[in-house]
Amino acid sequence: MKLTWRRLPLKLIAWVIYALLAAGIVYGIIGLVRLNGSVFFIQAILDGLKLGFVYALIALGYTMVYGIVRLINFAHCDVFMVGAFASYYAITRFGWGFVPAILLAMVVCILLNITIERVAYKPLRNAPRITALITAIGVSFFLEYFTALKFAFGADYITYKRPFEVVVWDIGGVLISNITVIIVAVTILLLLLLLYVINKTKIGKAMRATSLDKTAARLMGINIDGIITLTFAIGAALAGAGGVLYAIAFPQIWTFMGIMPGMKAFVAAVLGGIGNIGGAVIGSLLMGEIEVLTVSFVPFGSRLRDLFAFLVLIIVFIVKPTGILGEPQVEKV
Amino acid sequence: MQTLRRIPTWISTLLVALFLFVFVYVANANGWITPYVYNVIQLAGISAISALGLNLIYGFNGQFSLGHIGFYAIGAYSSALITKEFTSRWSGTQFSALSWIIAGILGVILVILVIKRLRFDQIKKWLNSTLGELKGFERWILISLILLVIAAVIIVLGVAASWVLQKGLQALFDLLIPALPEAIGKNVLMLLALLAGGSLAALVAYLVGLPLLRLNSDYFGIATLGFAIVVYTLLQNSDLVIATMKGARGMVEIPRWTNWVWVAAVLSVLVFLLRNLVYSSYGRAIVSVREDEIAAKTMGIDIVQSKTLAFAIGGFYAGIAGGLYAHLVGFLHPSTFDFVRGFDPLIIIVFGGLGSMTGTLVASALFSAIIEGLRVILPQGFEDWRFVIYPILLLIIMLLRQQGLLGTTEWGWLRAPYAPIRDVPMVSGINSVNREVA
Amino acid sequence: METAPTSAPPLLVIDNLTKLFGGLRAVSEFDIEIPEQGLYGLIGPNGAGKTTVFNMITGVYPPTEGSIMLAGTSLVGLPSHIITRKGVARTFQNIRLFQNLTVLDNVRVAYHLHVGYNLAESMTRLGRFNQQERIQSDRAQDFLAVFNLQNRRDEIAKNLPYGEQRRLEIARALATEPRVLLLDEPAAGMNPVETDNLMELIHFIRDRFNLTILLIEHQMRVVMGICEWITVMDFGQVIARGTARDIQNNDRVIEAYLGKRLVRGL
Repeated sequence: MKLTWRRLPLKLIAWVIYALLAAGIVYGIIGLVRLNGSVFFIQAILDGLKLGFVYALIALGYTMVYGIVRLINFAHCDVFMVGAFASYYAITRFGWGFVPAILLAMVVCILLNITIERVAYKPLRNAPRITALITAIGVSFFLEYFTALKFAFGADYITYKRPFEVVVWDIGGVLISNITVIIVAVTILLLLLLLYVINKTKIGKAMRATSLDKTAARLMGINIDGIITLTFAIGAALAGAGGVLYAIAFPQIWTFMGIMPGMKAFVAAVLGGIGNIGGAVIGSLLMGEIEVLTVSFVPFGSRLRDLFAFLVLIIVFIVKPTGILGEPQVEKV
Repeated sequence: MQTLRRIPTWISTLLVALFLFVFVYVANANGWITPYVYNVIQLAGISAISALGLNLIYGFNGQFSLGHIGFYAIGAYSSALITKEFTSRWSGTQFSALSWIIAGILGVILVILVIKRLRFDQIKKWLNSTLGELKGFERWILISLILLVIAAVIIVLGVAASWVLQKGLQALFDLLIPALPEAIGKNVLMLLALLAGGSLAALVAYLVGLPLLRLNSDYFGIATLGFAIVVYTLLQNSDLVIATMKGARGMVEIPRWTNWVWVAAVLSVLVFLLRNLVYSSYGRAIVSVREDEIAAKTMGIDIVQSKTLAFAIGGFYAGIAGGLYAHLVGFLHPSTFDFVRGFDPLIIIVFGGLGSMTGTLVASALFSAIIEGLRVILPQGFEDWRFVIYPILLLIIMLLRQQGLLGTTEWGWLRAPYAPIRDVPMVSGINSVNREVA
Repeated sequence: METAPTSAPPLLVIDNLTKLFGGLRAVSEFDIEIPEQGLYGLIGPNGAGKTTVFNMITGVYPPTEGSIMLAGTSLVGLPSHIITRKGVARTFQNIRLFQNLTVLDNVRVAYHLHVGYNLAESMTRLGRFNQQERIQSDRAQDFLAVFNLQNRRDEIAKNLPYGEQRRLEIARALATEPRVLLLDEPAAGMNPVETDNLMELIHFIRDRFNLTILLIEHQMRVVMGICEWITVMDFGQVIARGTARDIQNNDRVIEAYLGKRLVRGL
């Protein structure tokens, strides 16, 4: 190899840069921890996890529907809202417990989402995709404003009554409530169930086939309409559960409550690589952490948290245009 | 082909436009329409301007943007800052915002031009060959660092240049504009404010578009949506930087200078320019990118240039519309620029027909008529039903007319001009080669 | 490497061109030299890597390795539109017209790289616009006339019958005023009469526009009928090259097309 004498200093410079980068990252983390103590840091991470798991439940609905019909279902966040309200009525009016309430929310959301799919999306299946998207926006508006009418849920904020007492454990200064435990447990349970259905059952195989190639799937005898309906139903069930968990964590509900968490969950799904279930979960956890860490550590953080979340989205896109786990789409020429 | 000699399309179109302009003007002057309806008509014109910009981006260029409202907001706030400074001297001077915005835009353009001139790819190639002994990541880091340092030097120079320019411009405006008669000076400033707001929006669109326009259609939509939310969040916290923007409390005391003459004049000029652009070689290049990117590339179309061009011009239109809006209502609040409101121009262009300017104009009028008309029609006690009925109407329209109201058809002068038929054959005997093909 | 019997200096020289898709060697050490005004053919079974070669020449995919020189300048690493500006045009196997544009506009888009007015002139219709637009339209119609499409000029491209779409695609490629024209299965889907005309047409445009042509084709009649020199590919590799007669008698080519056992049986 020629010019070897130049190799050493260049190599040295590169190593110095490595060291500086590594030191910077370590210094940043230590700084964050030392700023308010390690307990505060762990607490923030845990809170981010809690938020992230709720986002994951919503994000899965977006990502699955997108995977099957390539539609950004803007109405999904309102299905989430309806889930929260259904459980609210079950708990305060009928005095139901947590498990029946969350099951009711899931059933209500499934029925609602299937109706939406039948009425608004199915007739447009062969129309330009943008038409269905506009319809989704329309459905979203309708659900928000219709439920805000006086005879429906009303337009005011309502305080959500939790179906159980809040218990807080103090573990070395880190506070863990049973809310966090329930959120994480329910989400992981539903996630495992979903993974089982998708990877181990015949229906799951049909869903995967449909998302890859609808025409081929139909030729293989798969009932496409049934699969699409099922996808909407599963997404709605997850959103319903998410609505209940979100209301338990942040006990204030109103008919526009779905917009912001819905938007963030959706962005999380895209961030992870839309159409990809693992991506949706990773993206959601990332989104939750970014939000909570921004609030905890950045000056004016509570005002700037959306800014950071969406800046991260844009940066990820610039670096990897199809999201974290998304596969690059290559057009055949 | 035998075509009847008809009246040129531009005459009929001009007549219709003139009629609409005079009718609204006279109706307002004589009190035939309430100030409320007059306002709604102006709003319809403003949303038409913004929607035309989005139609260029999405309808003609095929780039699915959900962030149009962000450019609208940039135009609104920046032009409001300029005119508000003139009337209320919030900064202590009269023209610092105007001169800063112009100088800033010019400074950034200067930096972009210099960076383009420097041929970074050539420098990178040269560095790559000299540092060839280093492997992958190390070389990448070193080269990026060197390029970053070069870029930083250029940017510092650019900032210095715009700082000097700003001083000069401010002195110039201080001298010129107060010297004009008040009525003229006001309108000159309004025009400058609109242009500055529009240009700033266009520049931001260019800078945002450059990295993002590589993305696939849906991902681009989401990224631009993210951009709109970033703008919204920045506006909510704008009081941390410029006190008079008041952040989430809303910016007040913006002079209400927009009137029907302004809206109609700006709309006409912008429709004129857009129509001419669409039916030129540049417009055809833009449309070809929508039709087939790979074919366009191999036909010699610089698709990055085409996309950023359409995106920047679209942003310019949104910025101008935002400026008119700010001076119509005199009050700006971030919630006006919420991403949910950002769907409005998208709904308008889909409703009117993607890639149809006529459709966008008609749809903006109908859209405003539906939204505001419902307010008038609905009986007392049912006002809340407005946004319940509106989406139902939207659903019905989308189910019935999937291609939008007009599809891609145009009317009058907005139709594609007829290219004159070539009557002199290029080479004799060509057709004999293909005698049997037809 | 064998070369075709010609005295003209090579215009397009490709050497050691390789493309890997993951672990798959789509094209391996491909080389060819095409002289000015040459009419060369590239054949091979489906999946042999022919279109990938075209994609690398036109910059759709970057090559993994190798060089592509057009009249002494390298095309490797350049973006597609620059390569087109340097004088390489192509058609596509699965027709890629601008479907919703008129026939005339399809050709005018391709003429955009010779546009003689700037953006401001186009938006205001001042300056050179009218004169240059007229020139652009006239040139576009000349190209349509060559392909006997002048009566179709105001129709929407997707409404044309298949054969006319193929011809329009060649007309569009010619409008970029190339030196090298790459035709990807131009006769696919044409009936015998259309194919005969196409062969005549390819000869005609080669002479009329001083073109150097490389074409991929499955109809042996076309390749054997018009190509001066033929390169055969199989599994990404060049397995034979020569004149039509050489190729017809080449064992490896017959084997690639018909399979080993059949050849043994013959």
